Amino acid sequence: MSENPANKGPALAENEGAFTKFLRATEIDSRLLGMVGALLLIWIGFHLYGGLVKGFAAFLTPRNLWNLSVQTASIGVMATGMVLVIVTRHIDLSVGSVLGFCAMFMAIMQVWILPDILGLGHPMIWVIAVLSGILVGAIIGAFHGYLIAYLGIPAFIVTLGGLLVWRGAAFMLARGETISPVDQTFAKLGGGPYGAIGETASWMVGILACIGILFSLWQSRRQRLRFQFPTRPMWAEAFLAIVGCSLVIGFVLLVNSHPWPKGIVKKEIAAGNLEPGTDLFISHGFAIPVLIMLGVGIAMTFLATRTRFGRYVFAIGGNPEAAELAGINVRWVTLKIFALMGALTGLSAVIASARLNSATNALGTFDELYVIAAAVIGGTSLAGGLGTIYGAILGAVVMQSLQTGMVLIGFDAAIQQMVVGTVLVLAVFLDTLYRRRSN
Amino acid sequence: MSTANVKQLDTHPLVELKNLSISFGGIKAVDDASMELHAGEVVGLLGHNGAGKSTLIKILSGAYPRESGEIFIDGNKATINNPRDAKAYGIETIYQTLAVADNVDAAANLYLGRELQTAWGTLDDVAMEAEARKVMGRLNPNFQRFKEPVKKLSGGQRQSVAIARAILFNARILIMDEPTAALGPQETAQVAELIHQLKKEGIGIFLISHDIHDVFDLADRVTVMKNGQIVGHAKTDDVTKDEVLGMIILGKCPENAIPGPGAMKPE
Repeated sequence: MSENPANKGPALAENEGAFTKFLRATEIDSRLLGMVGALLLIWIGFHLYGGLVKGFAAFLTPRNLWNLSVQTASIGVMATGMVLVIVTRHIDLSVGSVLGFCAMFMAIMQVWILPDILGLGHPMIWVIAVLSGILVGAIIGAFHGYLIAYLGIPAFIVTLGGLLVWRGAAFMLARGETISPVDQTFAKLGGGPYGAIGETASWMVGILACIGILFSLWQSRRQRLRFQFPTRPMWAEAFLAIVGCSLVIGFVLLVNSHPWPKGIVKKEIAAGNLEPGTDLFISHGFAIPVLIMLGVGIAMTFLATRTRFGRYVFAIGGNPEAAELAGINVRWVTLKIFALMGALTGLSAVIASARLNSATNALGTFDELYVIAAAVIGGTSLAGGLGTIYGAILGAVVMQSLQTGMVLIGFDAAIQQMVVGTVLVLAVFLDTLYRRRSN
Repeated sequence: MSTANVKQLDTHPLVELKNLSISFGGIKAVDDASMELHAGEVVGLLGHNGAGKSTLIKILSGAYPRESGEIFIDGNKATINNPRDAKAYGIETIYQTLAVADNVDAAANLYLGRELQTAWGTLDDVAMEAEARKVMGRLNPNFQRFKEPVKKLSGGQRQSVAIARAILFNARILIMDEPTAALGPQETAQVAELIHQLKKEGIGIFLISHDIHDVFDLADRVTVMKNGQIVGHAKTDDVTKDEVLGMIILGKCPENAIPGPGAMKPE
C-alpha cells in the first residue's frame, strides 16, 4: 500500500497541483516552508545589500552565520517556553528581568560565595552555579504561576509586576555592581573559541543527528504500518531523509569552516598548549550554547507533542472549560508551565552571562519582547491553542537575523527598532491572513 | 456489566440525589432537588430553559460544587468535588456545549485527561487513534477525518466525538445534556439507537432535553423542573404528553405523578 500514492484520496488527487501533492505526500507544513522562505529572503537580501550598496557582503559568511547561531541561543531557549505560555492564552513579560536576576544570582554564587567555600577554580563551581540558577528561575516562575493559577491574577499583570520587581531585585543583589569574571568553565557555556566543540566532535554530533532523523522516520513508518494507517510514499520518505541529513551536514560544514582567530592560535602555541607549527586553521565547530538550544528544542518538542503534559497544554489553550470538564487539573498545569518557563529563563541566563563573561544589571533588558516576538513570528497564536517549538526557534533566528543584518549594513539603532517592530506586526498580519484562508 | 450485577444494584438506586441546592448571586438555581436513577434506566429531565436542569446535572458531574444536599452512588455517600471525582465513580457527561478542545483531533479529545501511554510514558497516539477508529465506527461509520482538528468537523461529527468520549470508558452513569440539539434527523436516530443499546448494557442515563417528544420515546421516567425546583416525577407510561407539558409550563402535577417541592399547590 505504501508504494502506491494513489491510495491516498484518489478523488482529490486529480484536482490538485503538483506542489500540493508534494506537500501532502511529505506532510510538510506549508507555514514552515513560508517561514524558511522568509528567512532565506532576509539572509540573501542583507547579503546583496551589503555587497551592492556598501561594497562588503558580510552576511552569508561562516563567521557571521556562526555568530548569528550563538546570538540566537539565549532568545531561542526562552522562546520554546514562551510557546507553551502563549498557547495557554497567557503571557510572560518578566523573562528579561528574571534572566537578569538569575544571571546576577549565579555570578554572585561563583564569584563571591562558592570560591570561599570550595576554593577558587574548584571544578564543581560551575555545576552548582548553573543548577542553582535554573532552580531560582524555576522557583520564580512557579511563584508567578501560583499567583496566576490559584489566586486568579491575570498573567499580564503578574508578569508586568515581575518585570519591575526582578529587575530591581537584580540591582539590590549586587548593589548595582557588574560582577566579572565568571568561572572559566562556566564561561564556555556562552560560546567563543573555547566554548565550541571543535571539528571532530561536530562531525560526531552531525552523524548522530542524521541517525536520529533516519531512526525517527523509520519508527513513525513502523508505527503506522502496525495499525495499518496510510504511510507516506517511499519517495517522500527518501526526500525527507535526504533533506534532513543534508541540512545537518551543511550546518556541520558551516560551523567547521569558521576558524579560530589567528591571534588566539598563536597565543595558545606560545603558551605551549598547541604544538608549534600547527596548522593555523582550527575550526570552531558547534558552539556550546547552540547545542544547548538545539537540545532544549528537541526536549521541548518531545514534551509538547509526545507527553500528557504537552497534550494538556494544547487542550487548555483550545478550550479551557472543556479541559477542566475532561478532568484536567488546569491550575496545576498552568503552574507547571510558568515554572518551566522560569527554568528555561534560568538556562538562558547561563548562556547570556557566560557569553558576556559577567553579570550586569541591564542583562536581558527587552528580552521579553524579543522572546514573545520570536514565538509569535514562529506561528504561535495569541488567541491560544496553536504553536510549535521549531517555529519559535525559527522565529528567534529571524529576529536575530534582522538585528545582525542591520548592524552589518550600518543601520542606526533607531531604525533597527523601527524595522523590528514593523516586521513583528507584519508577520502577525500575514499569519492572520494565512489562517483565514486555510479555514 | 452482567445481569446479575444489575439486579443486585437494583436494591439501591444507582444514583440518588438528595436535597441538592446551589445558588448564584442570591438566586437559587437549584432548590432542594431530589431524584434517583436505576441501572439500565433512562430518566428524562425536562423543563424550560433556565429551569435548573443543566445546573442540577453539573453538580453530579462535578462541574459545580453543591451548597447543600448529598449524593449517593450504589447506596454509598459519594464525594464529588470536581470532574475528576465524578469520572472516578463512572459518571460521564456529554455537555450541551459539547466541551471539546477545538484545536486537537478526535482521538486526542476522546482520551483527553486519560491518555494511553507507551511503556516509556509517552503518548501512544497510534493506539489511541486505532481505538478512536473503532468507537467512532460504531457511532458514525462514515467518519474518516481523524487527522483534523475538531473545529473543522460538522456539528454532527463534533457531537459524535463528544458522545464517543463518554462511552469509551465504560461509564456506568451517563449524563446527556441536549444530546441531539446539533443533529439532523438521521443522526438523531443513531443517538436514539445508541441509548437503547447502552440501556441494555445496564448503564443508567440522565437525558436532559426541552424536546418532550424525544424524551417520551426514550425515557422510562421523567422528572420535571421549574424555577430550580422539582415539579414531580412520573413514569412515561402513566402520563400523557399533555400532562407533562402542564408540569413544565404550569408546574401542575397530575394524579399519576409523584409531586415534588415545586408542584403547584392545590387551591
